[in-house]
Amino acid sequence: MMKRIQTLGFYALVAATALFFVFTESFAGTFGFIIIFGLPYFLMNDLPPYATAAEKIGKYAFLSLCTLIFIFLILPILVIIPLSFNAEPYFSFTEGMMALDPSAYSTRWYEDIVRFGMTAPDGTENWWSDMWNNATWIRAMRNSFWYALCATILATGIGTLAALGLSRPEMPYRSAITSLLISPMIVPLVITATGMFFFYSQKNVFPFFPDGLINRDIGIILAHTTLGVPFVIITVTATLTGFDRSLIRASQGLGASGWTTFTKVIMPLIIPGMISGALFAFITSLDEVVAVIFLADVDQRTIPRQMFSGLREQISPTILAVATILVIMSVLLLTTLELLRRRSERLRGLSPG
Amino acid sequence: MSDAALGTNHSANNGAASEPLIAADGIPLKQKLAKTTRRMKMQAFLLTVPLVLFLLVSFVLPIGQMLYRSVHNPTGSNVMPNFAVAIKNWDGQGLPSEEIFEVFVKDMALARKNREVGKTIGNLATRVNYEIPGARSLFTKSARRAGRITEGPYKEALFAIDKRWENPHIWLTLQRVTKDFTAAFYLAATDQKYDEAGNIVWADELYQIYLPILWKTIWLSALITALCFIIAYPVAYLLSTLPLRTSNLLMILVLLPFWTSLLVRTSAWIAMLQTEGIINNIFVYLGFISDENRIQMIYNMTGTVIAMVHILLPFMILPLYSVMKTIPPSYMRAARSMGASGTYSFVKVYFPQTVPGIAAGTLLVFILAIGYYITPALVGGNDGLLISNLIADHIKKTLNWSLGAALGTILLTVVLIFYWLYNKLVGVDNLKFG
Repeated sequence: MMKRIQTLGFYALVAATALFFVFTESFAGTFGFIIIFGLPYFLMNDLPPYATAAEKIGKYAFLSLCTLIFIFLILPILVIIPLSFNAEPYFSFTEGMMALDPSAYSTRWYEDIVRFGMTAPDGTENWWSDMWNNATWIRAMRNSFWYALCATILATGIGTLAALGLSRPEMPYRSAITSLLISPMIVPLVITATGMFFFYSQKNVFPFFPDGLINRDIGIILAHTTLGVPFVIITVTATLTGFDRSLIRASQGLGASGWTTFTKVIMPLIIPGMISGALFAFITSLDEVVAVIFLADVDQRTIPRQMFSGLREQISPTILAVATILVIMSVLLLTTLELLRRRSERLRGLSPG
Repeated sequence: MSDAALGTNHSANNGAASEPLIAADGIPLKQKLAKTTRRMKMQAFLLTVPLVLFLLVSFVLPIGQMLYRSVHNPTGSNVMPNFAVAIKNWDGQGLPSEEIFEVFVKDMALARKNREVGKTIGNLATRVNYEIPGARSLFTKSARRAGRITEGPYKEALFAIDKRWENPHIWLTLQRVTKDFTAAFYLAATDQKYDEAGNIVWADELYQIYLPILWKTIWLSALITALCFIIAYPVAYLLSTLPLRTSNLLMILVLLPFWTSLLVRTSAWIAMLQTEGIINNIFVYLGFISDENRIQMIYNMTGTVIAMVHILLPFMILPLYSVMKTIPPSYMRAARSMGASGTYSFVKVYFPQTVPGIAAGTLLVFILAIGYYITPALVGGNDGLLISNLIADHIKKTLNWSLGAALGTILLTVVLIFYWLYNKLVGVDNLKFG
C-alpha cells in the first residue's frame, strides 16, 4: 500500500482533491471526494504487467462501485453520531452544523436521555433516585439489560449443552433436531410473538403465575431466551466442528473423569464459541422489540421498544443520542468478538490471524 | 465404529473359528458394542433434551396453539350452547323450525345477562359481523328485546323485532358460526367468503386485501433479495481477493451494521431519506433536484426497500464471502491462460463455484425479509406494509385473533417451505456468522 504514495496517480489524486476544495470550499464535500476517489485508488491490487488500459479502468470502476457500497453500508450509521449533537430538534443537518459552528452543536439530547420522565429534573433533592426510578430511558435501559442478562445466561447454558450433544458423532436425528433448534431464528418474529401472546395470556395454567406470563418480566425473558438459543447453537457448534475428539480419548486414557475432561479439556476450547454465542444472544435480546410489543406492558418497556414508539409518535433527536450510545456499544462488542475469534483460531491452530 | 465394519471383521474371523468374538466378561463383542453405541447415542441425545423441552414449551406449543386457534373458534357454542346443539342438524332448507327459534330466543336472553369474557352476546355479534357486515346491530338490538319474549310463537316475535331475521342467509351463517371448527378464517385470509346460499366465492375485487398484500410481500422480498445479491456479490468478491489485512479492515464496514441495533439503523435511514434529510440535501446541493421538489423517499415502499436492503445486506455478504474465500485464484488464471476472455472465464469458471454461497445468502435473506415487521411498520407508510404488519394489527388492534392466526399460519407455511429448501440445498449445519 505504501508504494502507491509515490506514483503519478497519487499526485493526480492530491491535485484533484485540492482543486475540489478550492472550488467548493466545503469540508464535508472534500472529505467525501477523498473517500470516493481515494479508497478505490488505495485498494488497487497490483495488476499483472500485461493488463491493458481497459482492464485497469475496469478494475478502478469496480473498486469505485465497491467503495460506493461500503459508503452505503456505513454512512447511515456514522451520520447519526454528529446528528445526535444537533442543537435544533431536527433529524437533519442545520446550516450552522455544516459550517462547523460550535453553537449549532449541543449535548442537550444526551441530557434529555437522563432527564426525560423525571418528576423533578432540576430538583436537587433525591436527584439520583429520581433519575434511577423515573427517567424513561434509564428505566428502559435497566429493563433491557436485566432481560438480556437473564436470557443470555439461560440461552447460553442450555444452548451449549445442546450444542455439545449435537456435535457428537453418535447424535441420533441430528438434522431434524438441529432444524428445530435453529427455527426460532427462521420463523417470523410476528408469528412467534403471536403464538407466545396467546400462550402466555392463559390463566391458571402456569405454576406460580395464575394470571399468566403476559405483562411480566418472566414472559419476556423466556421469549428472549427462545430467540437467543439458535445463535448459541450456531456459534458453539461452529467451534466444535474443528474440535479434535481424540483429545477427549487422550484425557480419558490418562485417567481423567468425565467432569475433569469437560472442565480441563473441552471447556477451554469451546469457551470462545460460548462467549461469542452469549454475545449474540445478548445483543439479540437487547435489540428485540416485536416480542416486547406483544408481551410487555408499559412498565416492561425496553430501549428498542422506547425507540419504536419514539419513532412512531414524536421524532426527537434523543433517539439519535440513544442510537449513538448503542453504536458505540456495538463497536465494543465487535472488537470483543474479533479478539475472541483470533484467540479461538490460535487455540485450534488454524491461522495466526 | 459402525455395525457394518464389525460385520466384515466377524466374517473374516469366521474362516478360522466359527465362534463369535467374546469380550473379557463373556458377552459377545457385537452385543457389547451395540450396547455402548446405544448408550452413547442416548448420552448425546440427553444433552439436547433440556433445550428441546424448553423450545417445545416456549416455542412449538405456542405456535401449535396459534395454528389451532386459526381453525377453532368456540365463540358460537360458548355464547349459545343450546342453540348450537339444536341447529346442528338443521337441513338448511328455508327457515329453521319453531323449536329452534324458541331455543335461540332463550339462549339470546341468557347470553345478554352473561358477563363472562368470551360468552356475552357481543362476542357472538362480532363473530357474525365478520361474515355479514352490519349484523352486529341486529344482534344487540334483538338481544335487548329477546328477554321480553316470554311465550311463543317465537318466530313471529323475532320477526317483529327485525325483518332481517326472515332471511335464511342469517340462519345458514348462524349454523356455520356455532360450529367449533371452521375454515371461515382461512377463507377470509385468502379473500374468499360464503355467499347467501352458503357457497364459497371470491370477495369483490374492491375488498380483496390479504392476497394482494401476500403477493406484494413475496415480490418485495424477492426484489430485496435480488438487490442484496447484486450489491453483495462485488463486495464479497473484493473482500475475498484482497490481502487478509486489508480485507479484515474492510470487513468491519460490513460487520458494524450487522452488529448495530435494528432500531438504530431504521432511525438512521429516517434521517437519511426524509425530505429534509441527507440524501435530498446532497441532491439539492448537486443540483439534481430543486429545493421545492425534494423526493419523498421514506414512509412509502421505496423507504421500506432501501432500509431493508441495508439491514439484510450482511446476511448476503457473509455467506458469499465464506464461499468465495475457498475458491483458489489459480482456477481463473488457468482459464485465462488457456485463452478464455475475462467475462467467459468468470461465467464458466468462477460463478458456478459461488452458487452454494448464492443459495445460502438468497434463501436466508428471502426468509428473513418475508416476515419482517419493524422496518415496514416504521418507514413503510401505507403502501410499504407487509403481511406481518397486518397480522400484528389483527392481534393488537382489531382483536380478530382467529384471522390473525390464519394469516400467520399462511405466512408460516411459506417460510417453512423455504426453510425446508434451505435445509435441502445448504444444510442448516452450514449456517454461520462472521
